[in-house]
Parts: sequence; C-alpha cells; structure tokens
Amino acid sequence: MGIKEKDLLSMEQLDKEQLELILHTAKEMKSIIKRDIKKVPTLRGKSVVTLFYEPSTRTRTSFELAGKYMSADVVNINTTTSSVVKGESLKDTGATLEAMGIDIVVIRHSMAGAPAMLGKYLQARVINAGDGFHQHPTQALLDMLTIQEHLGGFAGLKVAIIGDVLHSRVARSDLQGLITMGADVCLCGPATLIPPGLADMGAKVTYNLEEALTDADVVVMLRIQLERQKSGFFPSLREYSQFYGLNKQRLSWAKKDCLVLHPGPINRGIEISGEVADSLNSCINEQVTNGVAVRMALLYLMLS
Amino acid sequence: MGFLLKGGLVIDPQTGLEKEADVRVAAGKIREIGQHLEKGGAEESEELIDVQGKIVAPGFIDMHVHLREPGGEAHETIFSGCQAAAAGGFTVIAAMPNTKPCADNEAVIELVKARAQQADLVQVIPIGTISKGRKGEEISEMVSLYRVGARAFSDDGSGVASSEVMRRALEYSKVIGAPILAHCEDAALAGEGLMHEGYWSTVLGLRGIPAQAEEIMVARDILLAELTGGNLHLAHLSTAGSVALLRFAREQRIPVTAEATPHHLLLTDEEVQLQGYSTSTKVNPPLRSKNDVEAVRTAVKEGLIGCIATDHAPWSEEDKEQEYAKAPYGIAGLETAIPIVWDTLVVQGKMSRLELIARFTTGPAKVLGLEQEKGCLAIGRTADLTIIDPQRRRTVAASEFYSQGKNTPVEGRTFQGWPVMTIVGGKIIMRDGKVKGDKN
Repeated sequence: MGIKEKDLLSMEQLDKEQLELILHTAKEMKSIIKRDIKKVPTLRGKSVVTLFYEPSTRTRTSFELAGKYMSADVVNINTTTSSVVKGESLKDTGATLEAMGIDIVVIRHSMAGAPAMLGKYLQARVINAGDGFHQHPTQALLDMLTIQEHLGGFAGLKVAIIGDVLHSRVARSDLQGLITMGADVCLCGPATLIPPGLADMGAKVTYNLEEALTDADVVVMLRIQLERQKSGFFPSLREYSQFYGLNKQRLSWAKKDCLVLHPGPINRGIEISGEVADSLNSCINEQVTNGVAVRMALLYLMLS
Repeated sequence: MGFLLKGGLVIDPQTGLEKEADVRVAAGKIREIGQHLEKGGAEESEELIDVQGKIVAPGFIDMHVHLREPGGEAHETIFSGCQAAAAGGFTVIAAMPNTKPCADNEAVIELVKARAQQADLVQVIPIGTISKGRKGEEISEMVSLYRVGARAFSDDGSGVASSEVMRRALEYSKVIGAPILAHCEDAALAGEGLMHEGYWSTVLGLRGIPAQAEEIMVARDILLAELTGGNLHLAHLSTAGSVALLRFAREQRIPVTAEATPHHLLLTDEEVQLQGYSTSTKVNPPLRSKNDVEAVRTAVKEGLIGCIATDHAPWSEEDKEQEYAKAPYGIAGLETAIPIVWDTLVVQGKMSRLELIARFTTGPAKVLGLEQEKGCLAIGRTADLTIIDPQRRRTVAASEFYSQGKNTPVEGRTFQGWPVMTIVGGKIIMRDGKVKGDKN
C-alpha cells in the first residue's frame, strides 16, 4: 500500500481507495501531534527537501514539522538565498539535490507544471505543494480530513467553493478530491473568475452566491488576490466583497452547522468577515493542525 | 551526370497527372517523362534509380521556416536548417525574418541568401519584415527588400496590432505584388496565455488563449484585404472560426490565401496533459480543440487552405527544458512534416495523395509567385523533385534530426509515408534520409 505513482502531482491521480488510506493514516498521525513528546522514529534516515519558489508560511512549516515529528532530516531551500538567484534552472537544481541523495522533494512553484517537470528529471519522489493555478493536493487533503472529522463522510454532501476559481489551485484540487468521494460541488464567483470546462469536471457553476450557499454543508472561501483587481477581473474590492464576501447574514443561507473553510491567509473583511472567520462554524485553525497530519501521512506513505 | 527515375508513380497536381512513369533528369532539368524509357538516352553516365512503389512529385515547398540565423545560432543555423529541410523532403523553403537583427534591411536578406548558397542544398527564399524592427509602427522598405530577393513580408512571431499599419502594408506591397503573411493574434486578448483556452487549460491551470484572439485578427485582415485589394496570406490558421471567416472571404471573392501546420492537423490541446506539460507542446498559435482540428483538416482537403507549412521553430534544449510558462513557443517541424500529414490525412483516407502533394507544391508556389518555375513537373523545368515512399513506417527520434532543434511533440511516434529522396536542380541532396555531404 502507499501512493501508486512516484510523484504526487494532482488530486486527479488519487482514487477513492488511496484517498481513504491517506485520510485514515492522517487520523492516526494526529495522535502524535497531540502528544507531549512529538517524535516517532518512523522516518529516521530519510531526507526531505522543501523547495519553495513562492512565499509560504503554513504549507512549508507544516511539511517541515511533519518530517521532523517522524525523525526525517528536513532541509528547507529558500530560492531567494540559493543558486536559483544565480540563474540555476529547475532541472539543474533538481540534479544537484538528487546528487546529495535526497528521498523526497516538496516543491511549491508559481508556474503550473513545474513539479511534473521536476518529477521527470528525478529518481526521488516529488510532492506538489502548489503549482500556479494548477493543483495543491495537500491542501485538498487537509480540507477533506477536516470535513470527514466533522461530518463523517462525503457522499451527498453539498460543498460550495466561493471566489477566484480561475486562479485557484485549491479549488481545482478540492473539486477533484471531493467529486471522487461522492460530494456535490458548486463553484461560485464573478464570471470573469470562472474558467471554462468546470461543468465537464463535474462541478455545478453559478454566479449567484445565494444559490451556491443554499443548503450547503461546507463552504470553502478562496483568497482573493488584490492584484487581480488591477488586471481587470473585477471592478473594485468594494463591489467584490459586497457580492461575494461571506458574512453572518449570508452564512444563514447555508445549513445551520455549515463548516467554513479557508486555505489562508485570509483577507478579513474582504472575502470573509472577521465575525465568520472567528465563529463556531469556522474550521480555519483546525485546518492548520490537519495540514500537519495529512503531510505526515503522505511522507509516511511515500517514504516507508 | 543525369539519372533515370524508373518505375515510380508520378504525381503532378498542376496537370492532374497521376500514373506510373519514368522521369529522365539531365543537366539539372527534367528531360523526359514517359513509360518504359531506356537507360542511356543522350548521356552515357546516366544513373538508373529504381523508384518502384515510390511517388515522384514536384519538389516540396515549405513557406514558413524559422532558420534563426543571424542571431539565434544556438537554436539553428541556415546550414543546419537547410540540412533539415533536405532531410524532410523539401526543395524550397521560405525563411522568416524574425532573426536578430531582423530582416528589415537588405544586409540581412543578403546574408541569408549568401549563407544558403554556401550550404548548397535547398533553395532559400528570404522573407522581409512588414514593419521596421518588427515593431508594428512603420512599414519596412519592401521594394528595396524585394529587389535583393525578399519574396514575401511578415512580422511573424507577433501580429501587427495597428490596423492602420496593416492597411498600409497591404497597400504598399501591391507595388511589387508580394504577399503579406499575416500572423493573426490579438496580443491583448491572448495576454499571457500559454495554451488554448478550454477544458484542458482549466484542468492544467495554464492561462488560456481563446480561439477568438486569432479569429479577431483573421477577420480584420480579411476586411483590410477587401479594402486594399492587397495580397493577404494567413499564416498557421488553427481554429474553426478562422476557417469560417476564410470561407466567407472566398465567397465574397476577397483574395486571401492560407496555410495550416502539420501539428495543428494532428494534435489537440489535450496533448499538453498527455505529455505532462512537455514544452514541446507549446506552440503559437496553440494546439486547439478537436473541433478546430477537424475544421482545419476539412479546409485543407477542400483546398480552402491551399498550403501546408511547418512553422519550423527550433529551440535549443536549454530553452525548451524550462517551466512551461518560461519556455519559448515553437517546435521543430521540417523533418516530420511529410510523415505526419501523409499518415494523418492520406493513410487515414481523409484526402488523396494528389490533394496533399498540391498543398506542398502548387499551393505555396502560387502564394510566393513561383508558379512559373516551381511546383510542377513540366519538361524543361528545373529538376526539383521529392520522392516519397508511401509504405515506409518509421518512428520519430529527434536525436537523429539534422535540425539543431530537437523540440518535437511527436517523439517516439510511428508514421507511415516518408520522403526518401530530395532532388534540387537535378542534384540528389538527400537519399534514404541521408543528406548530401553528411559523413556519418
């Protein structure tokens, strides 16, 4: 058992059985995180490199902790202080890491496909920690773990994903994982931020927030990037937040105990009001804990 | 120093000839076409070449090739590009002017001609730029460029954004009757797009280039051709919408010609997914949807699109082995063009051999104003011939390319129908895949 393909690049490659295995393993890992002494020898002698070409706090840190809790040697490469600044190509950086004998590379990159490319060059396994607008599989897995813990399963759940779907790797990964597990997924945002083809991926699409939220069991709010307004995808943050921001009143359209998820970091008062972010419905901090757990599960399944 | 091509199937789209015959070549000219010609003839030293089961066609012309020199010698040189053309079965190629410096001046045109002459393989026809510096601001000195050998004008690589400049170019080029080869792309709408906009761009998270980015400019240029009566040729058409607009132009009797590339006739945008973001799938215009591919195939069969051209765009490995967003657009096409289209269109029964040969011969010859000398098999004409083995099956291996560009989206694929001999001016420059002068 484990992850079938060498690299974990996309949620599309994980079938139901593999998803269940990862989520099950993650639940067991959670007990380690809750211990006083958070250290097991499982991955002693294994090496993990995090190679981040984009800024990140929670993803990088949680991969690092996940590795360390299981006694792997974890090295972080910050591309702003490494040979990448000297113009080293991704191919050569990969070859260098391989020559040092690493077992797994966790890569974050602003360009879609970079992890796939790295994976082709390396014998070592590769985990995609977010590439451009393409995929962010570990985020989807931690979202799914959070949902499963609260609601028991996925079949028939109504999940609304709201915001900048066009530029969101989280939306694509969540969509594929949730659909594999039998949930109904509705994507919602202004038409300029909805790419073509989503219906063919199995999603419902609407531009109307009320329609998306009605009877939802789970709502995933996507981060709106401020620079998107400048490139003309929507006229102003004011208008965006008035029509697509989540507040207490709009949350009442959803089911009473609807879970509120957000990949973070949040823009308070823009895509989500502070009141909702801090409410009992919000799972935002729990998502962070689960992030460490699913990353432990993946490293375990891919390295042991 | 002549030869007799014995027993081939001779196909000449110009006359509609399609029958088994022998072809005698001497002193660089076609001397005789007929059945059961005897060896010897006028010359004692005549070589007998058995071409039974092969097709003898007029020399193939590729009117859209990037030779990269001057400036881009890391990617291709005029010599390596000419070798690739010979290997691919081409006798004439037209060289795009987006070199560094670009061919907006006589010196670069002269350089291309001189280096091509040194290579002494295929004939190279230089293309001049539409605008000075390819900036799309002022039209280039087309008459001067024509005088030293440019036979068409293009800012290929990017479109001409200003309708005013395009209008003037279409008007001014009438002085010499040379065509404007339009790269149709609305740069603002294409934006930072990396592949065709649709289902696959969404799945892959790559910014999309909508079909309309091409079609808007196709429509504009057709209307400008109507306004000016200029000689418009639409390069690398790739969408069903462009085909519909071209059909409209033809119905309105607006004089417009067009070309399509082998890769747009074979591959769809799904290829980016199938090849796991391989940058050999990154081309401009991008690989399109299934529906678009079907429409372009139909247009090529009907002759609405009268030319197949490779848009051969070689890049060094360093340039292509980068992240998808960073890699340049383009693929090496000269050495796979004939097998791709022969297999995809003729073997699969989508068009006849004669139609396909016409798209590589009479079609481009007419656009480039070469129909008096190239693209047909008349007695007394220069002996430019392409010989194809319609049965040969071979697997593409880029490592064997003569081109410096190994960037091909069809690596490892097997096609049926390969060129086996290229003859230019009565000289055999390629035989069984081996180019003249190649010592290996």
